[in-house]
Amino acid sequence: MSELTILDPFQVLHIPLGDWVEASLNYLVDNFRGVFRAVRWPIDQVLDGIEGLLQSIPPTIGILLGSLLGWQVAGRRMGIFCAFTLILLGLIGVWSESMTTLSLVLTAVFFCGLFGVPLGILCARHDRLEKVVRPVLDAMQTLPAFVYLVPVVMLFGIGNVPGVLVTIVFALPPLVRLTNLGIRQVPADKIEAARAFGCTPSQMLRRVQLPLATPTIMAGFNQTLMLSLSMVVIASMISVGGLGQMVLRGIGRLDMGLATVGGLGLVLLAIFLDRLTQAMGERSAIAGDHRRWFQKGPLGIFLRLFGIGKLAPRADA
Amino acid sequence: MEMGEEILSVKNIFKVFGARPNEAMKMLESGKNKDDVFRETGQVVGVFDASFSVRKGEIFVIMGLSGSGKSTMVRLFNRLIEPTSGSIFLNGNEITGLSDKELLGVRRKDMSMVFQSFALMPHLTVLDNAAFGLAVSSVGEAERYRRAREALEQVGLAGHEYSYPHQLSGGMQQRVGLARALTNDPSILLMDEAFSALDPLIRTEMQDELIRLQAEQQRTIVFISHDLDEAIRIGHRIAIMEGGRVVQVGTPQEILNNPASDYVEAFFKGVDSSKVLRAGDVARYDSDIVIRQPVGSPDDIQPTPYAYLTGEDRRFIGLIDSSGGDAPRQLAPEQLSTVTFDTPLHDVLDLAASVPYPLPVLTSEGALHGTLTKDSILKSLSRH
Repeated sequence: MSELTILDPFQVLHIPLGDWVEASLNYLVDNFRGVFRAVRWPIDQVLDGIEGLLQSIPPTIGILLGSLLGWQVAGRRMGIFCAFTLILLGLIGVWSESMTTLSLVLTAVFFCGLFGVPLGILCARHDRLEKVVRPVLDAMQTLPAFVYLVPVVMLFGIGNVPGVLVTIVFALPPLVRLTNLGIRQVPADKIEAARAFGCTPSQMLRRVQLPLATPTIMAGFNQTLMLSLSMVVIASMISVGGLGQMVLRGIGRLDMGLATVGGLGLVLLAIFLDRLTQAMGERSAIAGDHRRWFQKGPLGIFLRLFGIGKLAPRADA
Repeated sequence: MEMGEEILSVKNIFKVFGARPNEAMKMLESGKNKDDVFRETGQVVGVFDASFSVRKGEIFVIMGLSGSGKSTMVRLFNRLIEPTSGSIFLNGNEITGLSDKELLGVRRKDMSMVFQSFALMPHLTVLDNAAFGLAVSSVGEAERYRRAREALEQVGLAGHEYSYPHQLSGGMQQRVGLARALTNDPSILLMDEAFSALDPLIRTEMQDELIRLQAEQQRTIVFISHDLDEAIRIGHRIAIMEGGRVVQVGTPQEILNNPASDYVEAFFKGVDSSKVLRAGDVARYDSDIVIRQPVGSPDDIQPTPYAYLTGEDRRFIGLIDSSGGDAPRQLAPEQLSTVTFDTPLHDVLDLAASVPYPLPVLTSEGALHGTLTKDSILKSLSRH
């Protein structure tokens, strides 16, 4: 081989990174397969639960429930909008696939929330942890999905569960980042006031920091949802079902009709979820309206119908 | 203002901001000043050897320009900022030595704070904001809202319970801030430049409100201000801070009459002294023109145009007017203009100018404290 020269030392010097990764991956596969299989279990349970539920609801009932949900969180117009997108999903014939995708996305978002929010809170409290976590989040967002798709298949096999896993990897960062940001952005004077009135750190978190950071955290959830949806197509390469599968099959067979239908389904689903989560993040504060959330919208009407809605708005009034 | 017992006392408090406070403390002990310490170590001395005490039931104003350490000072009381050395006592208990848990108790029960920026919680209604302190202390909902409503009523916000802070004007927001502090029924109310962010009219209105509330409840209030007029208007006693030191503590009149340093004197230069001084501060008791009965009699008329008659315990009983050419006339107090001892001089000017005789100044019991002549008023105003 060539000699070591100053001008181009990398002829000789180099780190065999690829070899290391391969070796360690093989080692993991050989020795820790059980551990990784165990990780599958909770995801499997949640996914099966959500998918079973969503698939068992007939489309008409599903549309009705979805619209009522929209109405509840953001008023009548949102209800109509939800009904419109959901009916369209049914009309283009992708209802069942949409529900599969929705359950994948919801599972991913569930686990993102489970880990992302607490991690974000910890990062907001400890600068050092934030410094460590940040590059990891950068890597999770920028590393091409194909790079970790293969190791995930080697460790977890194929199917919906590993699909959810790669989705989590891709969709987690914005939630952590925005939770961290939201808590750090709580104005210092509010924190000081809360301290002056004798808040313990956990009261501070529950009563001041989390409520004030909610819009930002909800924006994080919104982003996580959107990223999950976009990941679904890539995840379909490891045999994940749903709308992504349709798109992949369509492209593979050059069946543009199939691909477009799948794509449109994804877009409709994205619009539906985006509007819904955005509305949840916005705080409605109408002067004089001191009804609690369950006393408004369809739930309020329902409760009033049965005479329970006449509950005093607050315990003292 | 009667001399109440001490409720809060501060002894030799220092606060150094920076990573190496001990080094700075050593320099201060060896006689270096704040600027030397900053130049040599980069540590900032916030409060420098402060000692004073606040009496029960008074409005104690800590006043100084920005950077004088007044806002740091008030945060040392409830230990939002930890003092570097020295001790603070509340009702004889040392605050500075409390454990975290005991400190929470003090913050929840004994001291409440009102902030310059209001610092209300935007996600809570006015009612929930007012009840915030009690919610933190886990007081039940019914009790908490009852007390919050009471406090809101006291500050004139009944009917706004379910509004959100952003729907209220600045003045109303600060009323919520005040209600939030009052709901806890604290022994001491700490007010950090509470009215500085309000426009002048609203500020005066809030000052009156505070004076009224304090008079009703006899609450001890520590009020931080950079505005001397405000300090004089509401303060029973004022502590003046300069560069982290407390340079003088006293009533506005005491400070105006005997400024402790050139700085304090310069500070008070622009003040309208007729608003600080009271009739009693300027009135002089001149025994030559006072006839004390039953010892003296109206016949002992001095060669002055006006003489004042007093009875037992110096009670004012009348004036003998011999200014006209005729025989002296005796006038009863009802026929005369009199002022009480604690009337601001400003409110006396008009009266003093309109009557021919020196204005009798009476104590609250009706005894003759002294008399005010136009000359003496002018002299005292020109001196300050």
